[in-house]
Amino acid sequence: MTIRVKYFAILREQRGLDEESITTMVSSVSELYSELSAQFGFTLDPQFVRTAVNGDFVDDDHLLTDNDEVVYIPPVAGG
Amino acid sequence: MFLITADRIRPVEIEYAQAGGFVIFEGKVRNSHKGRQVVALEYEAFEEMAVNEGQKLLDETQEKFGLIAATAIHRTGRLEIGETAVWIAVAAQHRREAFAGCEFIIDEIKKRVPIWKKEHYAEGDSGWIGCEEQKDALSGHE
Repeated sequence: MTIRVKYFAILREQRGLDEESITTMVSSVSELYSELSAQFGFTLDPQFVRTAVNGDFVDDDHLLTDNDEVVYIPPVAGG
Repeated sequence: MFLITADRIRPVEIEYAQAGGFVIFEGKVRNSHKGRQVVALEYEAFEEMAVNEGQKLLDETQEKFGLIAATAIHRTGRLEIGETAVWIAVAAQHRREAFAGCEFIIDEIKKRVPIWKKEHYAEGDSGWIGCEEQKDALSGHE
């Protein structure tokens, strides 16, 4: 399936891109994070990363659907 | 109303005949963090989600503290020392709930609205707040 992934902050810098389409065989958002981490050398441990799919926060075991938009959210620091 | 803006924050007029307490909080860029000299900050937002989460937070706060109105504006982009990064205004019948509601909003923005902050230091290096520390925490460094 094809997933649209958007990157922000430290993940955007480590990936070197704002967003991209990924073709993957994995099924959950956490598995996709591991796959991307291994490929692009993300330094953020998954326990500190939250995930949003199509604009809503989801659990780590949330299952991906073709054409989902996935955003991995590093620790936030507004204010 | 929760807004994200790349432009200098301009305070919004708020007036309510039934409100006796108005609290305005401005978060500004400070020249130091944990003993290091900071020369500028860079804020980045996942804008559509930040606006949604921010608005949810304002609605919840209004309900929780019985506020008459609550508004917040957050900057993005590069900010120099002294610039306003976040502006929050709360109106309530009385001061107590206005102070409490305003503090709750800034505390929660820091915890849950998808906005990130990068500090640029006098030595020329930089770091994403909350993202680099945990890396060190895991590897057992300070």
